[in-house]
Amino acid sequence: MDAAAIPGGERSVLERSPLARLPDRALKYGLTALAALILALIVYFFIRLVGQARPAFAKEGVASFAFGNDWNISAERFGALPLLVGTLITSVLALLIGVPVAVAAAVYATELCPLRLRTPLTLLVELLAAVPSVVYGLWGIFFLAPKLQGAEQWVADRLSLIPFIGGGLVTIPNYFITGLVLAIMILPIVSAISREVMSTVPVDHKEAALALGATRWEMIRLAVLPYCRSGIVGGAMLGLGRAIGETIAVTILIGDAPRLGHHLFAQGYSLAAAIANEFGEAQGVHRSALFAAGLVLFVLTLLVNAVARLLVSRAARANSSGAPVGSQAAGGMTALADTAAGA
Amino acid sequence: MSAFGAPGERSESGQLARYAVSPARRRKDRLARGGILACTVIALIPLALIVYYLLRKGLGAWSTSFFTTDPTGNTFFGGSSIGGIKSAILGTVEIVALASAIAVPTGVGVAVWLVEYGRISWFAQTVRFFVDVLTGVPSIVFGLFVYIVLVVGTGSSYAGYKGSIALALLMLPVVIRSAEVILLLVPAALRESALALGAPRWRVIFNIVLPTALPGMVTGVLLAVARAAGETAPLLFTAAYTQKTNFNLGGFMNSLPVQIYKDVTSPTTAVVNRAWGAALALVTMILLLNLIARLIARRSRLA
Repeated sequence: MDAAAIPGGERSVLERSPLARLPDRALKYGLTALAALILALIVYFFIRLVGQARPAFAKEGVASFAFGNDWNISAERFGALPLLVGTLITSVLALLIGVPVAVAAAVYATELCPLRLRTPLTLLVELLAAVPSVVYGLWGIFFLAPKLQGAEQWVADRLSLIPFIGGGLVTIPNYFITGLVLAIMILPIVSAISREVMSTVPVDHKEAALALGATRWEMIRLAVLPYCRSGIVGGAMLGLGRAIGETIAVTILIGDAPRLGHHLFAQGYSLAAAIANEFGEAQGVHRSALFAAGLVLFVLTLLVNAVARLLVSRAARANSSGAPVGSQAAGGMTALADTAAGA
Repeated sequence: MSAFGAPGERSESGQLARYAVSPARRRKDRLARGGILACTVIALIPLALIVYYLLRKGLGAWSTSFFTTDPTGNTFFGGSSIGGIKSAILGTVEIVALASAIAVPTGVGVAVWLVEYGRISWFAQTVRFFVDVLTGVPSIVFGLFVYIVLVVGTGSSYAGYKGSIALALLMLPVVIRSAEVILLLVPAALRESALALGAPRWRVIFNIVLPTALPGMVTGVLLAVARAAGETAPLLFTAAYTQKTNFNLGGFMNSLPVQIYKDVTSPTTAVVNRAWGAALALVTMILLLNLIARLIARRSRLA
């Protein structure tokens, strides 16, 4: 620069004029502002949501909002326990049913299936993600629920001695059927993340296991699954986040019981379903209570997703040995798999 | 993986393995593999059932007038008097088009910032983390946000464009993350050669990086659009519901998912059949978008 500098303090021929450098600055700061805007937006939403939810918390008290077992609109009693428990029961059911199947499908696709079947198989599982929530609801309530009602009643009768599961009368909309449909809905994302993590298991590990005389299953159990544990747990938690926030299918399938159901095959309610169902006609404290339900939902999914992301990105980073750019790309690839599964 | 080619396969079922593995272990292996295969088949059963029922019920509802008439509230005579789904299809197309027009430039902009400027600074990592977390926020919560800000905040009523903004928020994280993945794949050598020729940063981005990444980014965008098109919850209290075809995004607007949701709860069989027809139309639209996205992804030079 100094060598090329024109005597007298003028700028060098190698430097751009300040005017030509303007678009560069503008782009850089513009884009930075855009990125900052996203963070600001999240904070802003949170504050506004708290503001809208405050009257309900003030009227009910935080504790009785969370633990009151009575969601009674006409009496203006808003205890959200039935909604909260409904959300949790159905999501946990979805995990219990969905995750083993999803992980098994991922193991089959990455380790066992013939190479030429791998792509079509992956595609088919991902197609499940292309079906909209409302269509799952439609299919669930008009096909799956009536078809399974008899079987559910049979199970409920056989297990009549076990509290919370058996003994009651099975209704068409109920907790179990909601959990089952949710399990189908989270299958693609859990499977996609598991597959992504499993494909990062070093070939050396698997070959070493086989060379030591392990059968295929022992290789999977000893070399593949332990290596992927945190990634699979992360994927399952992403699925949990989806299940917690799932709205329309749940609204259609769970029935709108304002109190906690007595057993697994009874009608219930969930946070998201209450919002979707009642928000249109809600006024005053009722509306505020629904905002409070939304706030609980927001915080719950935020926490679950934050933990899930940390687990998945740590798994990806640990597996892709070191270099920061590489790990970033690996994290990105999981995000892409997630994107494809989420679409 | 591919390293388990023919040799690994053979050693297991071949002479050596037959003597080395005890019957109990072999049985366990068979059992476990059978279980895994069974689970995979179970995973595919719902898809088959859904597709079968959609086609059976949906095709029965389809007719020319199904696509050319608006739904009516007239359900007493059943049959054709209940109308079709014209307003729902047009509404979905309009709302999603505006949502994409908002989410795509913003999302690509943030992705460019992450890759070209933010990189691995703590601020960029924070943005990345929150964008990821945003992917998991329930769609109905986005509906509530937009309701608070644009319906309560402005004191006006529901409108199509408010639905678009809710969907745009939903699409944004998907667009950002998928665009970022593709932008990272643009070879550094391309950027460096352009910079070495004296091109300023913004020209490198607009003339080199973005055109190279374009086909790959289109894939991510289409997947995001497909996701947004199927969403019901964010539209319920933003775009609301109306039967008439409406080209004005400032008014109430119908959409396919909301139409289906309204029809599911109806006691009339004909109306439920309209829901099946609408569902088949919606799924067909989304699958087409997915198909196009995958075809473009296959032809893209990156990824």
